[in-house]
Amino acid sequence: MTIFIIQILNSFFYAAVLFLIAAGLSLIYGVMRIVNLAHGTLYALGAYVSAWVVGSALGHAVSGTLGLAGLLLLLPIGAVVVAAVGAVIEPTLLRPLYRRPEEYHLLVTFGLLMIMEDVIKFLFGPTPLTAGLIMDRMGSLPIGLLIYPTYNLVVIATGFFAAIGLWWFIYRTRFGVILRATSQDRRMASALGINVGRVYIQAFAIGCFMAGLGGAIVVPAQAAVLGIGIEVLVLAFVVVVVGGLGSLEGALVGALIVSFVRTAGIQFFPEIELAVLYLIATAVLLVRPTGLFGRA
Amino acid sequence: MGSPATGASTWRLLVVTVIILTALAVLPRFVEIYQTQLLTYGLVFAIAALGFNLLLGYTGLLSFGHSAYFGAGAYAVAFIVRDLGVQSMELCILGGLAATILIAALFGFVCVRHTRIFFGILTLALSQVLWSLAFKFFWVTGGTDGIRVASAKLTLYGGLINFAGPGAFQRFVYAYYYYVLALFAVSTVIMWVIVHSPFGKALQAIRDNEVRARFVGISVQRYRWIAFMISGAFTGLAGILWVPLNGLTTPDILYWPFSGEIVFMSVLGGFRTFTGPIVGAVVFNYLKTYAVASTEYWQLLLGLVLVILVMALPTGIVGTVARMTSKLRGRI
Repeated sequence: MTIFIIQILNSFFYAAVLFLIAAGLSLIYGVMRIVNLAHGTLYALGAYVSAWVVGSALGHAVSGTLGLAGLLLLLPIGAVVVAAVGAVIEPTLLRPLYRRPEEYHLLVTFGLLMIMEDVIKFLFGPTPLTAGLIMDRMGSLPIGLLIYPTYNLVVIATGFFAAIGLWWFIYRTRFGVILRATSQDRRMASALGINVGRVYIQAFAIGCFMAGLGGAIVVPAQAAVLGIGIEVLVLAFVVVVVGGLGSLEGALVGALIVSFVRTAGIQFFPEIELAVLYLIATAVLLVRPTGLFGRA
Repeated sequence: MGSPATGASTWRLLVVTVIILTALAVLPRFVEIYQTQLLTYGLVFAIAALGFNLLLGYTGLLSFGHSAYFGAGAYAVAFIVRDLGVQSMELCILGGLAATILIAALFGFVCVRHTRIFFGILTLALSQVLWSLAFKFFWVTGGTDGIRVASAKLTLYGGLINFAGPGAFQRFVYAYYYYVLALFAVSTVIMWVIVHSPFGKALQAIRDNEVRARFVGISVQRYRWIAFMISGAFTGLAGILWVPLNGLTTPDILYWPFSGEIVFMSVLGGFRTFTGPIVGAVVFNYLKTYAVASTEYWQLLLGLVLVILVMALPTGIVGTVARMTSKLRGRI
């Protein structure tokens, strides 16, 4: 029974991270119709920057002056940096492409992926970075006869609040209305006096922020290593394909499905755990091409 | 691509082809053994890109999962050599092609139901199924260690040439170069015939206007499926030929960034032309080899090339050269 609870918590942990990545991917596709192959690498960048910031802060601060809360507050810096990178990428690299076929979107973002993978290697070196100290300091909670790291609950809470925050932002604010209008009809929005170019930058930056936040909150639990972005991108694809590209609810439900299937898979059928996920995505695409929550 | 082949242009094409093939045939006499090896790799990738481009350039479908067919061919050869003890390369090719076509038929059947971005994602997801299997079933596939295929164990031309005894490596490099060159020439001719046949014209019609193609009576999905299988078979052949050259097959060639490299090759050469992917694959191979040799950050270099290419030269090398020569001609 205890194992069962822990596995469920693990699934939620995993779902929180996946949701952050997939929601960003979906938001960007929903607004700009761009499938961003570099999205996973943005997640990796967030993880690296946060780990580096936490590591340097620990190295420079006088011992004891930097409390746990201080370290936790340093984590989102990674997400902010990634958002800033996104705000530069969109107008320079992506904007000239909107009028061209989708193939070129994939190609440019694939090129971007290659560039950013090496930039990360150049900036942070080939050794893994981690902010594991945060996790250690937070200790763990007893669950039944076992213990569970408290930090994982922070991640789950972050995912939960990010989902609510994003929902509120898109459906309950003025900016959300503008965003949805632009996503539905770009030219009409532009005719109504909306500065579409600015909305695109903001939307792309928010999407990048989500990916960076995913990386930032995962790095105290798992080290940032080269190639994590490439690995996670395909899983994020599975999430958005299952949930529906461009749908926020879809990203949430997709992330939950993928993480529960994966947790069960690791427990019961470890060899085909990944294959099953990709097959689920294929099956959903065949039966419901727009995903569970997607619009045509 | 679209102009009907008149008598004169057919002759010119034939002459150019003969000159290029002759040049390729005598080249190993003048360069180092390493260059011969490098060019063999280039020709192998050219076959892969040629197959890939039947879908992108001629049918208008961007597959981001062609690593699956390259890898299927490669792993099929590795299994045939290791588990069945086969030595003849010809048998390996037959077995590998059968395996690849089977997988391409299965995946294609699923994928051709969609176009555009969904086609790309579907092909990617399915290729990752194979990758995860090769990655996880390590007692069958060797996991990340892969499977070793020693070139010394293989024979070419039904056993006429084997690679035992001293100097085997050198003999293998030269014999294998001509082997790959011959298969490359045959593949190119077959692909040329395919894209200029009524079937190839139908694919181009589907690419240009799906609705009209359907009105004319082309069963769009079935044509796409057949194109998918042919495309997979060519890329599979490349994977088959790649294994003895590399001596090892690992899950890397099934991982999706390798699919991206195949796309890269075609775009580099220019996917709107028949020769583009061939040129692109050979150039890409040199580019990557020298980038890897000269800097730790070769990915950065290749990524920059790709981004600049898409932004500034979307027609690729062949398209750009063609435009420049026609401009020059216009001036004279």
